[in-house]
Amino acid sequence: MLKRLIYSREGVLSIIVLAMFFGVGVISPDFISLSNSVSIFNDTSILIMLALGQMLVILTRCIDLSVAANVAFTGMFVAMVNQYFPELSMALLIFLSLFIGALLGAINGLFVWLLKVPSIVITLGTMSIYRGATFLLSDGAWVNSHQMSESFIGLPRYEILSIPVLGWMAVAAIILFFWAMKFSVWGRNFYAAGGNPMAAFYSGVNVGKVQFYAFLVSGTLSGLCGYLWVSRFAVAYVDVANGFELQVIAACVIGGVSIVGGLGTVVGCVIGALFIGVVNNALPIIGVSPFWQMAISGLVIIIAVIANATSGKDKARIILRNPNANDEIRAN
Amino acid sequence: MNNAIFSLKKVSKVFPGVKALDGVDLHLYPGQVTALVGENGAGKSTLVKTMTGIYQPDGGEIIFNGKPVQFHSPHDSHALGITAIHQETVLFDDLTVAENIFLGNYPLTKRFSIDWAAMETRSQEILSSINAHMDPNQILRELSIGQKHMVGIARALSVDAKVVILDEPTAALSHHEIHELYELVNTLKSQGKAILFITHKFDEIFTLADRYTVFRDGSFVGEGFIKDTNESQLVEMMVARSIEATYPKKDVAIGETLLEVSNLCHTTEFANISFSLKKGEILGVYGLVGSGRTEVMQALFGTTDHVTGSVKMNGKEVIIHSPKEAIDNGIVYVPEERQKQGIVLELPIYQNVSLPQMERLAKHGQIDQESEMALARQYCERLQVKASCWDEKVMNLSGGNQQKVVIAKWLATNPKVIILDEPTKGIDIGSKAAVHEFMSELVDSGLSVIMVSSELPEILGMSDRILVMNEGLIVGELSRADATPEKVVSLATGGSVTC
Repeated sequence: MLKRLIYSREGVLSIIVLAMFFGVGVISPDFISLSNSVSIFNDTSILIMLALGQMLVILTRCIDLSVAANVAFTGMFVAMVNQYFPELSMALLIFLSLFIGALLGAINGLFVWLLKVPSIVITLGTMSIYRGATFLLSDGAWVNSHQMSESFIGLPRYEILSIPVLGWMAVAAIILFFWAMKFSVWGRNFYAAGGNPMAAFYSGVNVGKVQFYAFLVSGTLSGLCGYLWVSRFAVAYVDVANGFELQVIAACVIGGVSIVGGLGTVVGCVIGALFIGVVNNALPIIGVSPFWQMAISGLVIIIAVIANATSGKDKARIILRNPNANDEIRAN
Repeated sequence: MNNAIFSLKKVSKVFPGVKALDGVDLHLYPGQVTALVGENGAGKSTLVKTMTGIYQPDGGEIIFNGKPVQFHSPHDSHALGITAIHQETVLFDDLTVAENIFLGNYPLTKRFSIDWAAMETRSQEILSSINAHMDPNQILRELSIGQKHMVGIARALSVDAKVVILDEPTAALSHHEIHELYELVNTLKSQGKAILFITHKFDEIFTLADRYTVFRDGSFVGEGFIKDTNESQLVEMMVARSIEATYPKKDVAIGETLLEVSNLCHTTEFANISFSLKKGEILGVYGLVGSGRTEVMQALFGTTDHVTGSVKMNGKEVIIHSPKEAIDNGIVYVPEERQKQGIVLELPIYQNVSLPQMERLAKHGQIDQESEMALARQYCERLQVKASCWDEKVMNLSGGNQQKVVIAKWLATNPKVIILDEPTKGIDIGSKAAVHEFMSELVDSGLSVIMVSSELPEILGMSDRILVMNEGLIVGELSRADATPEKVVSLATGGSVTC
């Protein structure tokens, strides 16, 4: 059992992340202190939540390029609402961010479900539209920290058991996703619809609807992260989270979510995001320029994809060991 | 007999568990059309693949122009001028006619760049030699099916063809287009090419062919001149065999009418489909590929739109617009391509089994994995799926066991009617018997089975009743006692034999 755990993709990846973490700790012991660990996790929380949403989308053989633009639009929207109506309750604002995000996600999902437009095309389009709408909404102006209410900025920072609410939100998302993907009918459908859409269809799964749900969830989480982002950095502007969708997709791919759909776990996805988080935090400490960070993420993605491709070859070897399977098909 | 340009002598091809070709002979003569006749599964496709170098024979000789030859790849046979035109030619919709004709074999200039001018001229030459009038620069997508077919033929003839194999070339063509194809065959004949013509349609054989060769179950049965034979003689050669012996059909008490289909129509695929199915009955549906049988079954399962007519279960009208509604009404469909359409390779066995009924197994949206496992255990053990545990991913199983998982999945939904589309296609003889035995068990336990098959012995051996389909219509219904191979084949081919 332990062996299986270590040899699993999640196991290997965890070991790499831990090795990096403690490796940097040797150079700079502060890095592995409890408070810094919490801060790394907190830094990575938004990435984790977005990656979980993206995982659903990728599982169903789609991709959502509009997440970062969604973050920017929703973030700007709630920041402006807060600016002009500072007396509105935080509960309402969070609900609003979830709602706006869900709406933007639903637009993607409806196109994919009802019009069968390839998701890369539709989200490439909405990515620009949402970002452009952010500009129109704000007229290019920034919302700065002094224009935000105290509770608007304070909520993600509020600490419970010395972990900020932002981190707790990620923890809640992880637990919720873990349960849903393992035990709910709803979660299982993502694997079926992405693994073999035809078989899922014949088994009574509405594949298009499942894809819609994936975009809806991805959008909803993006909306929440929109609020969290502008609150955490205490500023909202058009270029918020510019290009962040690539890090989100990278986290999924590094975490073993198969880009062709049907394969991927919550644990893998979270570790993939943590990997990027640790790299981001470690590089400045060991004196490497943050520009290297992108190259390193890129390298890791390529290694991850090659690892996926070679594990695919192993599959073929298993089939060949039993020549009947292949020849039966050929005899046809 | 000695002037054959191309001969196969005692050629065998063995796949594990199946002897696809068992010492067959075939001779093709320049300027003559030889018709290859045989049921589905007689070994015709394997033969074509052997002739074109896709398969290498395990025994026997291939003789071309009096010399033994060996084909290591399709390229070798192509180089000798052996070319095949398949049922569904693989063409590229977004390329031009000329590009399609020369794809993979582009004429080059001295500087290794594609010689577009030569390609266009030569395309024009080939096209006019087969009386196909089209612009070589036209994009393929804009052509009709018949014209595309002509492009496929032109592609086959772009090499200096000496032997032309036509594998059911008329299957997808309209009446008018078929006529054009006949003319083409005659043109090729007059050019001295040796032609192998594979077809199910007797009228075509008697219109076009000079000679015939009959295969049955991978063996050579006979050959001769068309002028010396007639339709019933050919049918007899095709199907003669003892059937009862190999089919474990049990006598099951047949109950009341369970399913009643009346006047099922589809705008383009089938019309006026009416039949009934009784409890404990195996209803065989026979028809050639393209007769509409699969389409009717898919309509029953709710996967086809634009269907009118009524379906009654136990006398009550049911409305089925999606597979889910079909499953809820107790109708399940095991598709022909079981691996492609039936299984999610990435999921473990037990999750594949529970897929169609997760909602039933869930309480408040949470799946009860215990009952999922129990379900998988029960049905996979019954079907003797070989796996180390039910948690194993399906991709790690052999093909045969994957198929069993698909069947386990559907049985686990506790259906009343199970539709099996080509249940034994592509599986070896041993497994076939097991599937047939299993069908008997199914009806014994109170299910009703609709078996769609293009294998005649299976249809005759297993069915209580047989529906025969041709061109989207039910053209006959035969009881087990009345059915003879000749009657079924003749109905299915729209032939004129009445026995």
